Amino acid sequence: MRNERDFRKSFRRSRHENGKRCRRYCLGWGIAACILAAVFSLCLGNIRFSPMELPGILRGDAGNVNRSILLYARLPRTLASLFAGAGLAVSGAVLQNVLANRLASPGIIGVNAGAGLGVTLCCGLGVLSGFWVSVSAFAGSLAGILLIFLFSCRFQASRTTVILSGVALNSILNAVCESLTVLNTDLAMLSIDFRVGGFSAVSFTRLLPAAGLIGMGLILLLTMCNELDVLTLGDETAQGVGLKVGRYRMLFLMLAALLAGAAVSFAGLLGFVGLIVPHFVRRFTGNESGKLLPMCALSGAGFVTLCDLASRLLFAPYELPVGILMSVIGGPVFLFLLVRSKGGHGFGNS
Amino acid sequence: MVETIKVSAGYGKCQILQGVDFRACRGEVTTLIGTNGSGKSTLLRVVLGFLPFREGDVVIDGISLKKMTGAALARKIAYLPQGKSVPDISAERMVLHGRFPYLRYPRRYGAEDYRIAKAAMEQMGIAEFGHRQMSELSGGMRQKVYIAMALAQQAEVIIMDEPTTYLDIGQQLKFAQMMRRLSEDGKAIILVLHDILLALKLSDRIAALEEGRIARCGTPEEILQSGVLERLYDVKVKSLRLASGVQYFYDIPSMSGDESGAPINF
Repeated sequence: MRNERDFRKSFRRSRHENGKRCRRYCLGWGIAACILAAVFSLCLGNIRFSPMELPGILRGDAGNVNRSILLYARLPRTLASLFAGAGLAVSGAVLQNVLANRLASPGIIGVNAGAGLGVTLCCGLGVLSGFWVSVSAFAGSLAGILLIFLFSCRFQASRTTVILSGVALNSILNAVCESLTVLNTDLAMLSIDFRVGGFSAVSFTRLLPAAGLIGMGLILLLTMCNELDVLTLGDETAQGVGLKVGRYRMLFLMLAALLAGAAVSFAGLLGFVGLIVPHFVRRFTGNESGKLLPMCALSGAGFVTLCDLASRLLFAPYELPVGILMSVIGGPVFLFLLVRSKGGHGFGNS
Repeated sequence: MVETIKVSAGYGKCQILQGVDFRACRGEVTTLIGTNGSGKSTLLRVVLGFLPFREGDVVIDGISLKKMTGAALARKIAYLPQGKSVPDISAERMVLHGRFPYLRYPRRYGAEDYRIAKAAMEQMGIAEFGHRQMSELSGGMRQKVYIAMALAQQAEVIIMDEPTTYLDIGQQLKFAQMMRRLSEDGKAIILVLHDILLALKLSDRIAALEEGRIARCGTPEEILQSGVLERLYDVKVKSLRLASGVQYFYDIPSMSGDESGAPINF
C-alpha cells in the first residue's frame, strides 16, 4: 500500500516536473533565438558591424556615425520589431482562444483596421506625438473589438458569425480610412507607409509609449493564463467553476486590442503575424495558455525581427517594406500549415 | 441540500418556471424528467445562478443563492452542461480546472491541486489517459473526464444535464453505477434525463416537470403509480419484480398492425 502511494507520488511529481522542465527548455531556446535575431538585426544592414564591436560603438563619441546608426536607427528598429511581433502574435493567440476560432486574428476581425482608422484620424487632426498616436491606435482597435462584442451580444451571434462580422467591420473601417486619405492628400502619404507596415521610420519617441503598453499587456495576460484556459472550456463549464465569463471575455478582448493597437501604432498594418505564429506555436505547445502565450511572444518577436532583417538585406541597398515580405511569406506558410494540420486529403476531410 | 422555494424564472417576456418547489438532498440521486420545453434545464440554470430568478429563492446548505459569489457556489455545486464543447486540452488539464474555484489571485495550481486532480482521475479509472487530448477520447471516456473534473471540484452537489445523451447502453449502465456510488459517498446528485427507465432505476427521487411546474415529486414507485408518466409522455411504463430487483419496461403496443392483426397501410 505504501509502495503504491510512493509510486503515485513520484509519478505525479515526475509528470509535473517534466512538464515544467520542458516548458523552461522551450522558453530558454525561444529567448536565445530572439537574442540571436536581435543581434543579427543590430549588426547586419548596409553598414555591417560585428557583434563584438557593438558595446564599443555604443560607448563611442556622440558624433560617431556608426554610433548614430546603431543608437537611432538599428536599436529602435530592432526593439520595435521584437515588441510588434510579440504583441501581434499574443493578441492573435488570445483572440483565437476567446472566440474559439483559429481564424481570429487582429488583422482579420477588424482590430488592426480600427487601429488604422484611429491613427489616420489622429494624424488628420495634426497630432503626431508618439504617445497620442499609440493611444489613438489603441482606442481605434478597442472600438473595433467593442463593436464586434456588442454585435455578438445583441444578436447572440455564433462564434463563426462573430468572425464574419469582424471581416465586414474590417471592410467598413478600411473604407472610412480610404475616404479620409482621399479627402486629405497629406494623410495619403502617411497612410501608405502605415498600410504597408514597416520599421524604417521608427524612433524611440514613437516606440516607447507603445512598448510600455505592450509590456503591460503581456505581463497582465501571462498572469491570467488559467482564466484564459477556463474561458476556452465553454461558457457554462467556465461559469460552473466560478469564472465570471462576461467580465473576463471583455477583459481579454481589451488586452488583445491593447497589444494589437499598440503594435500597429508604430509598425503599421503587419498582416499574418497574429494568424500564423499562434498556428505554428500551437503545434508544439498545445493550447494551454501558460505554454502558448510565452512561446507566441518569443516566436512572434523572432519571426518579425528576422523578416525585418530579410527585408533590409534581400534587395540591399534598397529596402523592401517588411509588411510586403511578411504577406509574401505568411500566405504560403499559412496554407502549408493548414494543409499539414488537416492532412490535405481533400475537401471532405474536416 | 439544494432547495428552490416558489421559484419563477424565464427568458425575456417568456415565463418558463412558475412557483417551483424542488429539493435535492445529500446521499440521494434526484432526477428531473419532463417533456421537451418543460423547464428542466431552466431549473438547473436557476440553481446554478446562470439565470436570475424573478420570484422565490434558491437555498444551498441554508444559504441563499443571492448571497453567494460565483466561486463559493462552484465550491458547493459542480456542473456538467448539456452538449459540452470539446476543448483542445489534455484530459489531465481538464480535470485540473476543477480546482479553479479554490484558486486565489494569481491563480496558479499548486501541488495539492495536482494531487486532488490525480486522485479524481484514479477514482474514475482514467489516470493512464491523462496525457491524451479530449478530442481523442470516446464519448464515454470524455464523460468520465468531466465527472473526474466534478470530483476534483470537491463539491457536495453534482448537477448533470442529459449526461447519457452520447453514450451507448453499456456506458449508460456504467454511468448509472457511478452515480449510485457517488451518492453513497454522500453527494447530492441532480440529473436531467430523457430516459425514463434509467431515471426510474437510478433515482432515489424523481421530480416530473410539466409546463414549468412540478407535476409530481416522489420515489420511482410513487411516480410510477401516480400515472404522471402516461400523462406526460403518453406511454405506459410497467414494473416487474425479479430476483435482480425491480425492472422497468415500456408497454409498447404492436407496431405491425392494429389490434385485430391487420397490417397498417402507410
